Amino acid sequence: MRKSAADRHTQRRLQRLSRRALLLGAAQAGGFLVLAGRMYQLQVQEADRYRTLADKNRIGLRLEVATRGLILDRYDRPMALNQTAYRVAVVPEEAGDLQRLLERLDRLVPLTEEQRERVLVTARRQRSFLPIIAYEDLTWQEIARIGVHTADLPGVEVSETKQRVYPEGEVAAHLVGYVGAVSEQELTADPVLALPDFRIGKSGVERIYDRQLRGEAGRRQVEVNAVGRTIRDLRRIPETPGENLQLSIDVELQKLGVERFGEQTGAAVVMNVHTGEILSLVSRPSYDPGLFVGGISRQDWERLIKAPDAPLVNKAIAGQYAPGSTFKMIVALAALESGLIKPSTDFFCTGALEVGDGRFHCWRRGGHGRVDLHNAVVQSCDVYFYEVARRIGIARIAAMARRLGFGSRLGIDLPGELSGLMPDKEWKRERLGQPWQIGDSLIAGIGQGYVLATPLQLAVMTARLVNGGHAITPRLTQATELPAAVFPSLELAEKDLAVVVKSMIGVTNEPKGTASSAQIPAPAFRMGGKTGTSQVRRISARERRLGVLRNEDRPREHRDHALFVGFAPIAAPVFATSVIVEHGGGGSKVAAPIARDLLLEAQIRARQRRA
Amino acid sequence: MSKNALRQSRGRTKERFDGDTLWRRIWRLPWGLLGLVAAIGGAGVAILYSAADGDWRPWAGQHVLRFGVGFALLLVIGLVDLRVWWRLAYPIYALALFLLIAVEFVGVGQGAQRWIGLGFMNLQPSEVMKVALVLAMARYFHDLDDNQVDRAIVLLAPLLLTAVPVILVLRQPDLGTASILLALAIASMFLGGLAWWKFAAAGALAVVTAPIGWTLLHDYQRERILTFLEPERDPLGSGYHIVQSKIALGSGGPFGKGYMEGSQGQLSFLPEKHTDFIFTMMAEEFGFFGSILLVTLYALVLFFCFMIALRATNVFGRLVAISISLNIFLYVFINIAMVMGLVPVVGVPLPLVSYGGTAMLTTLIGLGLVQSVAAQGVRPLGGPWLAR
Repeated sequence: MRKSAADRHTQRRLQRLSRRALLLGAAQAGGFLVLAGRMYQLQVQEADRYRTLADKNRIGLRLEVATRGLILDRYDRPMALNQTAYRVAVVPEEAGDLQRLLERLDRLVPLTEEQRERVLVTARRQRSFLPIIAYEDLTWQEIARIGVHTADLPGVEVSETKQRVYPEGEVAAHLVGYVGAVSEQELTADPVLALPDFRIGKSGVERIYDRQLRGEAGRRQVEVNAVGRTIRDLRRIPETPGENLQLSIDVELQKLGVERFGEQTGAAVVMNVHTGEILSLVSRPSYDPGLFVGGISRQDWERLIKAPDAPLVNKAIAGQYAPGSTFKMIVALAALESGLIKPSTDFFCTGALEVGDGRFHCWRRGGHGRVDLHNAVVQSCDVYFYEVARRIGIARIAAMARRLGFGSRLGIDLPGELSGLMPDKEWKRERLGQPWQIGDSLIAGIGQGYVLATPLQLAVMTARLVNGGHAITPRLTQATELPAAVFPSLELAEKDLAVVVKSMIGVTNEPKGTASSAQIPAPAFRMGGKTGTSQVRRISARERRLGVLRNEDRPREHRDHALFVGFAPIAAPVFATSVIVEHGGGGSKVAAPIARDLLLEAQIRARQRRA
Repeated sequence: MSKNALRQSRGRTKERFDGDTLWRRIWRLPWGLLGLVAAIGGAGVAILYSAADGDWRPWAGQHVLRFGVGFALLLVIGLVDLRVWWRLAYPIYALALFLLIAVEFVGVGQGAQRWIGLGFMNLQPSEVMKVALVLAMARYFHDLDDNQVDRAIVLLAPLLLTAVPVILVLRQPDLGTASILLALAIASMFLGGLAWWKFAAAGALAVVTAPIGWTLLHDYQRERILTFLEPERDPLGSGYHIVQSKIALGSGGPFGKGYMEGSQGQLSFLPEKHTDFIFTMMAEEFGFFGSILLVTLYALVLFFCFMIALRATNVFGRLVAISISLNIFLYVFINIAMVMGLVPVVGVPLPLVSYGGTAMLTTLIGLGLVQSVAAQGVRPLGGPWLAR
């Protein structure tokens, strides 16, 4: 073959090309080695780390809200239970034409424009496989109508939820309370609280016993994909339903109290004097706790907030009133204990008492004449107790009041209890910066002025007087067997207690007693008690000169509160009660009859149960 | 001067080639290489079947069809005389350039104008340009007289051949393809015999002008480079893709999770699992050994191409074979390095495995050209058209 210059050139070029090609080839081989090295690093050396990350990626935890425990009364009647509510959701991904689907649904169960708009807006915002709630709280009939047409309704999901219902409604609203959606402040590290269907106790025993009622949420480990869609279940820990809660309340007695109040406002407490169990805890006016369960509407909320007579306040534990004459037992007991007064000590009541430049009136303008301790309680003579208070001083009175439960919280298992107020010299100096006057003692001696007590405190005071002086404390849950003896003794002399209790029996059973009209006729069920009037407004000297207006003639908000504390049966007391009717006037006319009915019913029901 | 020589030589070469029957050409085809290519295509079908959660639709079936068509095309191209391709090099380049300009006006695609809809498939002119550029450069350096190589004027044509398509592709904007075009052109010039110092000078110039180039990049391209440098920068954007890809890949371990059992891929944590991130999908299910096997298949393909190139006795064939193999290498390397977090996320498919029409077609066409070189290259030095 001819060797031309061109061929030589070509040879040279091909050789150079080969050299450079080999260089490129070596570079490529190096590149592949780098890739292999990286693969070894990721898939062999660090495989475990990435496996963990992969599992974290794909395993999601789904929580399922546990069924909330029931709240029952002492005879197992439900006060809070869970009702199945039906909800309908649409899944846009399966629905196809969402607009058309909503139109079809609308023909079966009418949708408001608002609901429809919300569904369409949500559908644009979230991933299309996530269900959007179209209806909530459908009745069985409505669900059935949709159920029949399921075949023509692609992407429609019917699900059940548990909704809290309160069969007694406003009758026991203050004590049972209600549940509601978890608020920002209530959120804790517990992820269950963040679930949309979770409801937390907001007030009453629903709040105090929330932990017990709540139960343990079920846990479901699921495999999810990158967009959070559940692919399959991996593991499931079933929920632990909440424990049921049995209250000491007797729903029938509770209803009776509400019924007896009628349109009047105020509070009533009925309790067992030995165990401290509350059988009835009425506060009027009330509200429907069901309003709060699904989130209260703005109008409803404002109506409740602005309503007169504070329907949201539990007046039995958070209403503070001057105890009036129901305080006289405490003064009497303090006097007897001091030894300065004997049961036989008597004073002459002229209708008023002059002390310094002050004039202190008895409720009876003409006066009671000569009265001893027993008759002073029975007829509720104010002058007698002015005299007693002047002699024994505020310190003894305050100390006795505190022993019987005044001036501090009693620790009932309800939120929002208030402590009332038992004033003394120190208190007045510290809080008002004024020295204690003798007149303050006199006014306190008849339970007016600065003294404040809750209806619960009044009931507890009565219970402690008639159970032999044991410091029982109130409770809403049932005591298995809790005799008064386990409560510490108040170290009160038996004979002093006997004198006071006897005078209370006189109030309702002696002809001159202020509450003789409220006597229980059946001897076995008889009650004892004490009337009281809580002054809303002090009567000025000028008014007295012009002639005191009768209670009924004053505007309602200026009328006095009517009080009554009582117990029954008189032979061996079991039940104590306190009733306060706001702006009701005198205790004997308004409050005593309610107390009588409550005590009588409580005794009858207890006997029926035993039989 | 070459035209005269060509005419004279034509008679002689014809004689030699006339005895060459179709059967003999088929016999001479490198069947080992073809087997490897078929194996890689088959792997692609299997992975796409798994990516669709065990379904031929929407990807695997289509992939089989396209691979079949492309493979037939490969055989046809491989059987065509290399001289034909030498002659058509410039016209093909002109056609590719025309398509690249046309895509500006009739193009479709997500955000960037990249495709021309042809009804049965979407044509990506930038992919066609890769083959066209390789052919044009090869022809240019083949035709070049060795004495002229170091003259400055000689550089003008290849620079122009490169710059025009690169700028057009950058405008689309497709940084990945533009970089590959540039790399191919530089490799052609390097193999074509340009002096070392010219590359050194160009490199230095690139370093100096890089800041200007940075300002010309689109925001998302800049973001990709920044994300690559610091993946935690944007955990839910491009960084998220890298992180998820590494998780899927790493969790596959040495032996993988089993075919169709890859949780990350099957649960869609993996983005673009049927296109750019298909290697991750495969690596999760088949593990380290599967990954190494697939990379080895590619390495063998490249090795075959190299052997064919080195046996070729003419500059054109040698340049074509090496450039085509380099193109495949760049695809494979950039794609796999990307899913393993070694280079920034650039939209480069894994040849023959990723779902997508044009990339597969141009890869197979390129390999067809290599077959043609193989069939031609074993001949002794022929007429001046090849000797030149």
